[in-house]
Amino acid sequence: MTEARRTSLSAVGVFLAVLLGLTMLLSLSSGAFQISLRDLLGIIGDGPRHDASDLVAHNVFWQVRLPRVVLAVVVGASLAVAGVIMQGIFRNPLAEPATVGVSAGAAVGAVIAIIVGLNQLPLGVQVVAFLGGTLSTALVYLLSRSDGKTEVVTLILTGIAINAFAGAVIGLAVFVADDDEIRSVTFWSLGTLGLATWKSVAAVIPLAVIGMLVSAKFSRVLDTLALGDRAAAHLGVKVEPVRLQAIAVVGLLASSAVAATGMIAFVGLLVPHIMRIVLGPRHRHLLWTAALLGASVTLLADLAARTLLSPAELPLGVVTALIGAPFFLLLLRSTRRSQGGWA
Amino acid sequence: MSATLVATQVSVVRNGATLLDRVDVSVRSGEFVAVLGPNGAGKSTLLGAVAGDFPTTRGSVTIDGLPLESFAPRDLARKRAVLPQQIVISFPFTVREVVAMGRNPWLDDNDDERIEAAMRRMGVEPLRKRTYQTLSVGEQARVSMARVLAQDTPILLLDEPTAVLDIGQQERFLAVARSLVDEGRGVAAVLHDLNVAMRVATRVVVLHEGRCVASGAPREVLTPTLLSNVYHQKIRVDSTSDGSPVILPDHRA
Repeated sequence: MTEARRTSLSAVGVFLAVLLGLTMLLSLSSGAFQISLRDLLGIIGDGPRHDASDLVAHNVFWQVRLPRVVLAVVVGASLAVAGVIMQGIFRNPLAEPATVGVSAGAAVGAVIAIIVGLNQLPLGVQVVAFLGGTLSTALVYLLSRSDGKTEVVTLILTGIAINAFAGAVIGLAVFVADDDEIRSVTFWSLGTLGLATWKSVAAVIPLAVIGMLVSAKFSRVLDTLALGDRAAAHLGVKVEPVRLQAIAVVGLLASSAVAATGMIAFVGLLVPHIMRIVLGPRHRHLLWTAALLGASVTLLADLAARTLLSPAELPLGVVTALIGAPFFLLLLRSTRRSQGGWA
Repeated sequence: MSATLVATQVSVVRNGATLLDRVDVSVRSGEFVAVLGPNGAGKSTLLGAVAGDFPTTRGSVTIDGLPLESFAPRDLARKRAVLPQQIVISFPFTVREVVAMGRNPWLDDNDDERIEAAMRRMGVEPLRKRTYQTLSVGEQARVSMARVLAQDTPILLLDEPTAVLDIGQQERFLAVARSLVDEGRGVAAVLHDLNVAMRVATRVVVLHEGRCVASGAPREVLTPTLLSNVYHQKIRVDSTSDGSPVILPDHRA
């Protein structure tokens, strides 16, 4: 009667790959400056040289749009994978990097960097944001640990406290900032891909790649953790070291993503959730499919952010939250009914 | 496929309260050891201590002569499997996926065969594609037991394996338990049902307020005097028409 419906993995894989390819092409060609598909192929064929026939299109593509698309792919994939891991180690489908204060920590770092003028330095904000995110990850973990164990509820409550504190610090920063800085702080705390440059792409890619490669080795362990810490330990899992490593990977992925683009809500929450409904909860499949879908979702949201009110640009985090929050509520209700809750 | 688990003079003190006081217990190949006693006697604590869930305050637990602490987690998981009282699984895994988790310490060519055999043995194959959360409590208990069987260990530690089973499932479970013993495995189980213990156990250990008050063959140990003392309830031991003993509360004047 209530057999679990699972869609075939290869079909899902092909669909996600095609979806990502199409959204990338669409994102590369659309925007304030339209590039037709044929021109697009020509420009890609030309390569990043400067003696192209149509210099404007050429520059828009190579200097503005391509780094933006690549950044969206990397950041979207990172957030989705961070969400998968976080939900797995907390045994809670409502966890994401934002829940435990990783994103807020990175945001505080960035805002402080803007206020003290570090935004004058190349990647100054990003570096401080990364430090802030990693620091808050470590802090949350240390605070919620006692007797060599991490209680999940304590961990999430600690995250709530850190989020509240970070919100206050950002509010304070807005209070003392001048108009220019406020604009920068706001745009940043709402998330945007508009600041994408090859430099920021180059800074994020190695961290994202390391994080994702390491995350692959957790897939089986995350499955067994669904049984609870004690039963997982009975199956030979070194629960506490694994959890520490996994949290470090989440810190790496989420901090580097937030450092490059600001806070983008709901990708880390929604994408793992969708993939779990489609494929079931096995992390071996969940990790890479969530990465693909996370990239596509972020690209589409960014496309909406920069074309809906063109030439003005909406903050990306606003778009993801506007679409993500209601969608998530619907999802929550329907999956609770069909899967019998999560406990 | 045999191993010996020995706990010697094990004490567990937590927050000043003595939960276990110098308890000796062992599980050998071909034995079914039933751990009995009233609620709060320390049965689950004893099971947790011999499973290596937490360090004991005093005393030692060894498998084949080596202390538990000297085992790597994976090697320990190849020696002993543990069935907790109830397992809540946080994501909608299917029955087969849950049973397959029992192979985590092995991950070898035998995985599929062992998983299928374990599901057959507990009669949960028809449920294989159901998600664990949609099962009844009794079905969940059988799936968890199948997961423990898939782990394929010489020692099995079971915490109230029959508590949520109906009488038919209970009989099938006891048949499985006997066949495990016949295969030369050692089983230790916390039991509440004294008649089940009487029928299946090769040896019983009775705990009372953290101490071991009796151990030995069930027919010798489970006497009206001992049981009445331990459970604070007058208890008699009758026999059925075929001569097997039955333990009952005694309400005769």
